[in-house]
Amino acid sequence: MTKAEIRQLALDILSSIAPETDPSALAGHEDIREALDIDSMDFLNFVIALHQRTEIEIPEADYPKLFTLNGVAAYLSQ
Amino acid sequence: MSRPAHPIEHSSDQITKLSSSFSRVPNLTDYAGEYMRFTWRDAWKLLDGLPGGKGYNIAHEAVDRHAAGPRADRVAIRWLGKSGDRRDFTYRDLSEASNRFANALINLGVLPGERVFVLMGRLPELYVAVLGALKARCVVSPLFSAFGPEPIATRVEIGDGRVLVTTLGLYRRKVESVRAKLPGLAHVIVVGDETFEDAGLHAWSALMETASARFTIAPTDPEDMALLHFTSGTTGRPKGAIHVHGAIAAHHMTGIYALDLHDDDIFWCTADPGWVTGTSYGILAPLTNGVTSVVVEAEFDAQTWYSVLQRERVNVWYTAPTAIRMMMRLGSDVVKSYDLSALRFMASVGEPLNPEAVVWGQEAFGIPFHDNWWQTETGGIMIANFAALPIKPGSMGLPLPGITATIVRHVQDGGVDVIDTPMVEGELALRKGWPSMLRGYLKEEERYRKCFVGDWYLTGDLAKRDSDGYFWFVGRADDVIKSAGHLIGPFEVESALMEHPSIAEAAVIGIPDPTVGEVVKAFVALKPGHEPNEDLRKELLGHARKRLGPAVSPKQIDFRANLPKTRSGKIMRRLLRARELGLPEGDLSTLESDEK
Repeated sequence: MTKAEIRQLALDILSSIAPETDPSALAGHEDIREALDIDSMDFLNFVIALHQRTEIEIPEADYPKLFTLNGVAAYLSQ
Repeated sequence: MSRPAHPIEHSSDQITKLSSSFSRVPNLTDYAGEYMRFTWRDAWKLLDGLPGGKGYNIAHEAVDRHAAGPRADRVAIRWLGKSGDRRDFTYRDLSEASNRFANALINLGVLPGERVFVLMGRLPELYVAVLGALKARCVVSPLFSAFGPEPIATRVEIGDGRVLVTTLGLYRRKVESVRAKLPGLAHVIVVGDETFEDAGLHAWSALMETASARFTIAPTDPEDMALLHFTSGTTGRPKGAIHVHGAIAAHHMTGIYALDLHDDDIFWCTADPGWVTGTSYGILAPLTNGVTSVVVEAEFDAQTWYSVLQRERVNVWYTAPTAIRMMMRLGSDVVKSYDLSALRFMASVGEPLNPEAVVWGQEAFGIPFHDNWWQTETGGIMIANFAALPIKPGSMGLPLPGITATIVRHVQDGGVDVIDTPMVEGELALRKGWPSMLRGYLKEEERYRKCFVGDWYLTGDLAKRDSDGYFWFVGRADDVIKSAGHLIGPFEVESALMEHPSIAEAAVIGIPDPTVGEVVKAFVALKPGHEPNEDLRKELLGHARKRLGPAVSPKQIDFRANLPKTRSGKIMRRLLRARELGLPEGDLSTLESDEK
């Protein structure tokens, strides 16, 4: 997947977790959790959905790399 | 790591500690003797009281008495900001800053007894505001910053909030839209130096700059209201549990006994001050004991937390099951790569800690987690696994000195009988009269009265006691939901859902979850003309999140054509829960209209 596709995928997942928000307005470096009122449970669901949709293994230790959209794109496009 | 190789013996049902393994002698070694000898009268002697015998004020015990003595230059709060900044506040600094805030409130015309709400993340100003407001003899009510506008408005309204201290971001997102509903809220103090046209909005920095750093706390009766902590029941609106200045005697003693605080300790309580743990143990107990308290602004992340423990040389750590279970997912090898040799004692609260997690502490950190039990109403730790005593993994432990706990069964005339037989389930009850016991639910005399039968305070928790006197949690006697350690009242969630035009009825239950304890799940029946589909589900989820915030909002929403109800129209949450979990449905004699 390209970085743009990954970004779109992340936005889709986020808008189903926090439908009241507009994730597309997120800046790439912004902390997703803070900007969208995502709590730890929501974040876990976000990571699980990313894994299911990309089939990329995401070990717990790497979760902090997924706190921003830039981080998600960089991590999943590796 | 310099820890002894085998400090602890572990059998299948008990973790026994060898006294040779203690790097410091625990405060409570002779449990039976101390329990027998203890009186609250003696505990009061560990406090100073206001100069001139003018009563007891929490802020004096927590800050001013240390600022006036040899601890003045000791770090009281070590604040670790999100972006890596680190600020130290000595007891003297904290005393002066809280003096300024007390004067600022008085300069605004705020009176003793009036309610000051705080709504912000873990910023230094939060600690200054809480302590300053207590000095001004205002009543402090903490709000969780992950609440949405509705839970905030409800609590400020019930609590007659006169002042709210918050940040500009939170004000704009969560308060502005509901402010018109809160005519009594005269002052909103916004952290920072922004200036405002609105006369009811004040910049923190402007108020603090013009306020004097000198302040004398006026006479304070230990029975004066000090803190208002909101909690939830099954029905009705949130309840504001009243705590008094004298509660500090319990914060102090429980810090010594249950958290094993020693004079030169570095202590870290991970709880947010928006909840009672974060106030009693994130602010008050460490300060009254004169230790250094670490405050971490950032949200949970296991590796960040380990680096805090390592870098700050934390000795005593008080955390929560949800965090511990998330750390377990990451594994013990990661823990072992940090130097946590300063860490001496670890405790957990919020919901029962599963035995695997207690034992995992030992495997990963070399010391077990010590679970303890208390609730908003008790104000402080009541039952605990202690540093020097054997741990029974999965048990909440033994009552603290000064606390009489028992198991009761309800009998027909409205009274209760004490159950003496070990391992028989009943309701956990505490003999009333400890200093941090709630003194009422604000404006809810009837609900308060119902908490007591004779000399017993009834906790609403079902539990049993084994033959060694250890207590074991069984479940809640009501329908409240415990998610990530936070108590959620189903009624508050259902009410917010019902505001959506498509919803005819709603029922909210907790679904067990291996990480957060319970997850909030809603069942909704729609009004005619509305179709259950994915778009509507998302809309409802967004609707609930917008009003309630992520901490309270349901994580799952299911559609039903009809919800099971009694003859009087009461929705049977228990039946929905039993069916959802495949449990026995129980007594269905009151079921009138079944689920479809």
